[in-house]
Amino acid sequence: MIGLPALYTLAGLVFGSWAVATLLDRQHTKRLLGACFWGLLAVEFLAGDALGDTGNGLLLLLLVALALLGAPGKGQAATTTIAERLASVARHGNRLFLPALIMPGVALAGTFIFPLLPGLVDPKQVTLISLGLGALIATSVLMLWLRPPLVAPMQEGRRLAEGVGWAMILPQLLASLGALFTVAGVGEIVGALAPMAIPEGSRLAAVLAFTAGMAIFTIMMGNAFAAFPVMMGGIGLPVLVLGLGGDPVVVGAVGMLAGFCGTLLSPMAANFNIVPAALLNLPDRYAVIRAQWPTAVLLWLFNTAMIWGFAFR
Amino acid sequence: MTTLPSLWPLAGIAIVVIGFALRANPLAVVVAAAFGSGLGAGLSVPEVVAALGKAFHQNRYVSVPWITLPVIGLMERAGLQEQAAALIARTKSATTSRILLIYLGFRQITAALGLTQIAGHAQTVRPLLAPMTEAAAERDNPAITQDGRNKVKAMAAASDNVGIFFGEDIFLAIASILLIKGFLESAGIIVQPLQLSVWAIPTALAAFAVHGGRLLRMKP
Repeated sequence: MIGLPALYTLAGLVFGSWAVATLLDRQHTKRLLGACFWGLLAVEFLAGDALGDTGNGLLLLLLVALALLGAPGKGQAATTTIAERLASVARHGNRLFLPALIMPGVALAGTFIFPLLPGLVDPKQVTLISLGLGALIATSVLMLWLRPPLVAPMQEGRRLAEGVGWAMILPQLLASLGALFTVAGVGEIVGALAPMAIPEGSRLAAVLAFTAGMAIFTIMMGNAFAAFPVMMGGIGLPVLVLGLGGDPVVVGAVGMLAGFCGTLLSPMAANFNIVPAALLNLPDRYAVIRAQWPTAVLLWLFNTAMIWGFAFR
Repeated sequence: MTTLPSLWPLAGIAIVVIGFALRANPLAVVVAAAFGSGLGAGLSVPEVVAALGKAFHQNRYVSVPWITLPVIGLMERAGLQEQAAALIARTKSATTSRILLIYLGFRQITAALGLTQIAGHAQTVRPLLAPMTEAAAERDNPAITQDGRNKVKAMAAASDNVGIFFGEDIFLAIASILLIKGFLESAGIIVQPLQLSVWAIPTALAAFAVHGGRLLRMKP
């Protein structure tokens, strides 16, 4: 059965190829640092099972140390010039959009087809495996159609990865911090403190405390999933549902959405807010959050009003 | 009167807030926060390192989508961004606002059908959406500054986020719906996913109205 291990091997090989590409780039200013950074990441994916918890922890600390020293840096990845790209555009025109449809198409097909073929693909990982399969198919098609040099996937991947830089490992690191917060019992403490913020008997104040708690705790954790059990357990269920007779469906469903408004404001939600700024070469790390905040605040008000108006009919 | 729990495990949260406010390197902030909360909860340094390593290893799937970068790079190498920009520069009716509005609607509807992975910042925003909106902004305002371009590109990424966040909860089998259902179930309240996802629809419409309204008011 194809599952996460196969994907991790593929990812490890991709990261390893960037280490090689960095080593081969003689003009790279952080050649050794960069190669070590990608190499360590490849080791984590290819051999992390054998390292043990402490080994993986030390590897992680080493990765962060390399990043603080300037890894992965930026080199001279061999790519096409603007003139060559415009020539390719003149030759291929709108057909260039077709390969861009392969990955979405495979993701779509995989979502429907893989569940019909039991035993082939781990049912819990259908989306990620479809993504990996789509990437492999799209790479093959592009290589056969456009015939770039064989090293092109490695060089182009490294070019984009260097554009994102150290932010590449931030989402995974933040997910790990979430796990550590759980070990330390941060959620339970916040859940125990939160009800103290509510004045007795006021329905609006209780709703506000719940939605504000969802948004603020989500901003701090970077993830509404982490905030939901804490706030629902601390305020939503005991105060709004059991105390004031609110509808658990409305409180739960809309409360989660109030948390999503916090995600739009959180630098901790690196995948959505920090990584795109890097991918688009925006000089301001918080540019995406700046573009989002008015939407987030207005929708938070809307969600608060929804619970206040519809949970207590 | 319930007794107050020890507050030391919250040190990590304080470190995160201060670290991000000071714009320190986020990787360093996160590691410091992990040690703050871990030591605050009574763990030893080796225990924190091991706990971090275990979690980092278990969360590898978070980094798997990076395997799409070589494909995106290959498409860019062939001129995908230039073609996307050229197409928009020729299509006068495709303004920045309209492109982003259509994308927002597309992302909300497909996410509501459970198709969250068919678009994203690496797959669609960088190679297609950002060059298209930038080209439209350039065409309609030739005097646009670099700052103006960056704002348009940031809005493209923002529209992807708003679209997926306030579309996906309409889908029955999405993780957040299952989390709500599971939480209520553990408290003895049985609800069906459909009941929950119906309540995501008003906010989805509000998100389209609020963010769409902001997009329409945007001047390139």
